[in-house]
Amino acid sequence: MSEKQRKILEVKHLKQYFNVGKADEVKAVDDVTFDVYEGETFGLVGESGSGKTTTGRSIIHLYEPTAGNILFEGKDISKLKTKTDFLSFRREMQMIFQDPYASLNPRMKIKDIVAEGIDIHHLAKNDAERSKVVEDLLETVGLNRDHSSRYPHEFSGGQRQRIGIARALAVQPKFIIADEPISALDVSIQAQVVNLLKDLQREHGLTYLFIAHDLSMVKYISDRIGVMHYGKLLEVGTADEVYAHPLHDYTASLISAVPVPDPEYERTRKQIPYDAAGEQDHPGNPRKLREIVPGHFVRCTEEEVALYKKKAAAYN
Amino acid sequence: MAERILDVKNLKIDFHTYAGDVKAIRDVSFHLDKGETLAIVGESGSGKSVTTKSLMGLLANNAEVTGGSIMFHDQDILKKSEKEMQNIRGKDIAMIFQDPMTSLDPTMRIGQQIAEPLIKHKHVDKKKAWSQALDLLKLVGITDAEERIKNYPHQFSGGQRQRIVIAIALVCYPEILIADEPTTALDVTIQAQILELMKELQEKIETSIIFITHDLGVVAGMADRVAVMYAGQIVEYGTVDEIFFNPQHPYTWGLLNSMPTLSSTKLEAIPGTPPDLLDPPKGDPFVARNPYAMKIDAEQRPPFFKVSETHYAATWLLHPNAPKVTPPDEIIRRRQTFKDIMAHKAI
Ligand SMILES: Nc1ncnc2c1ncn2[C@@H]1O[C@H](COP(=O)(O)OP(=O)(O)OP(=O)(O)O)[C@@H](O)[C@H]1O
Ligand SMILES: Nc1ncnc2c1ncn2[C@@H]1O[C@H](COP(=O)(O)OP(=O)(O)OP(=O)(O)O)[C@@H](O)[C@H]1O
Ligand SMILES: [Mg+2]
Ligand SMILES: [Mg+2]
Repeated sequence: MSEKQRKILEVKHLKQYFNVGKADEVKAVDDVTFDVYEGETFGLVGESGSGKTTTGRSIIHLYEPTAGNILFEGKDISKLKTKTDFLSFRREMQMIFQDPYASLNPRMKIKDIVAEGIDIHHLAKNDAERSKVVEDLLETVGLNRDHSSRYPHEFSGGQRQRIGIARALAVQPKFIIADEPISALDVSIQAQVVNLLKDLQREHGLTYLFIAHDLSMVKYISDRIGVMHYGKLLEVGTADEVYAHPLHDYTASLISAVPVPDPEYERTRKQIPYDAAGEQDHPGNPRKLREIVPGHFVRCTEEEVALYKKKAAAYN
Repeated sequence: MAERILDVKNLKIDFHTYAGDVKAIRDVSFHLDKGETLAIVGESGSGKSVTTKSLMGLLANNAEVTGGSIMFHDQDILKKSEKEMQNIRGKDIAMIFQDPMTSLDPTMRIGQQIAEPLIKHKHVDKKKAWSQALDLLKLVGITDAEERIKNYPHQFSGGQRQRIVIAIALVCYPEILIADEPTTALDVTIQAQILELMKELQEKIETSIIFITHDLGVVAGMADRVAVMYAGQIVEYGTVDEIFFNPQHPYTWGLLNSMPTLSSTKLEAIPGTPPDLLDPPKGDPFVARNPYAMKIDAEQRPPFFKVSETHYAATWLLHPNAPKVTPPDEIIRRRQTFKDIMAHKAI
């Protein structure tokens, strides 16, 4: 990342806890700090329950953070006062939700779902323009324009996911949080959607926070990757670096678990197990993201930096 | 000779909608042997979920089976009453649904939901059922299972919910397990655990698995055989090696070619969209997107051509009079591997 690039999103010491103070308190996101630069794709990976969705939902302000700050275009989103400020934030940042079933209102027609944002922000001059925009969007995401009068239950899982993508694109946002946007799609449509997201990025300078567990696709689409585990960011770096030269053991384990579309290879694939025992925090020995090689960070103690530097050097 | 436990023949299913009849399943035949894993892959909307839902007697109200049979051992599932299906469902044939949230009851503790099939089908008493539920919850990798067994579905992450759904499906040790994108919502680590778990269970109780997934990596690791669906039809089927290393249908080529490799700069998507099933094309359904299409593809549905005892593909390219075409590079590379494997086997 060059110094000149502008930060569009800054997440600072974000904590998002649920059931605070109760026996079943969950530290879903626990002191997470990262920046996203304008026009880049930041991939967030990590195991189930590690807090990826919660991070996304906090960023789009569906939750009030337990602690920490989120700055979008330099402004703290918790401090958006007026309705206009809030509306414009909501237009600039959109989220494609993980669950295509729960996120589409079953009683609304596809065209009305896709046009929701267009209506809220008054982006169409008349009905004809609204229909045109919706139909174009449906085609953009690989659906049929005559699907627009149907209801969500008439669509397959992957088709619904694309409806969610069309809805997010409708308001021409600057920043899109895509939560597992392609995992419900078959590979040829994954390729279509990923190519589409990349094209839109190139044409409109969009920025993405791309949440996914499919590491091969994340590596392909992302400029930088953050690896989450139990509410914490363990490693951040460029996609190529993290994938080719993983420093944290958890990242290496995650990469080794990726299935490869080759039956011969799969018969002998060995997974690297990961033991989180070494991750304990000791008093006076805080773990945080520390830069090991320029642009490549690992969550570790001061003492461990030297070890990681050695590991990084051994890769080259 | 393997024991055949499921035989689907010429299945046809329509959906009645305001716009007309959606011909979702158009003459689908396949079988399943005891203890094997059959993967169904294919285009989104091609009919994978509908096919498997019909095996469970769980089609939507606007669905109509217009032809075919589904023989489970010696009984036709399509002739069963809803009452009879209730005894089969969850016990002999269990399904992990694509949408975890709709298959969980939001108002019921998850322990209760896992224990219920045991109480209903196996007449296990409540206490024992809950303790078995707890074991299973640990097995699918939910931490603090003792506490969390009392939680409700909304208190879990997407992946955790899916693991609960898997626990419910496994609890009665079904003969056939239908898994519709069971690990799509899961990260690779948990996915690997769940797949391992399914394999173990399969060995232990000889469950047969029908596995639907978009992840061809998972298919490569799990499947014995693979069926490829497109627009309501199976267009190719064979052993996992035959489909991955010696594919014949241009749609299968397109699928294998669309995946990112470490060096890809642009993904090779299959251009265009699948046909509208309100009015499906009469020939090869892939014709409009097929760069290798011939005149006959638009006119006549190709029959299955035999590639081997276990491998069949419905493409006119296999007709003796068809011109020889050069598949994408990635497919040529894969075919070379196939030659190596076959040569190795021959030794
Ligand atoms: N509303 C909630 N109340 C209580 N706990 C919650 C709530 N939402 C999420 N959690 C918990 O927070 C943790 C993080 O959940 P989150 O949905 O962010 O995970 P994720 O990384 O997106 O996982 P997945 O890959 O499975 O979608 C999990 O342990 C989850 O159970
Ligand atoms: N209740 C319904 N009414 C009308 N059409 C339906 C209904 N259910 C499914 N369909 C249609 O039937 C076809 C097959 O759907 P199905 O859910 O089996 O697809 P799929 O192969 O499982 O796709 P995906 O990979 O996206 O889950 C789709 O074209 C879908 O639009
Ligand atoms: Mg999530
Ligand atoms: Mg489906």
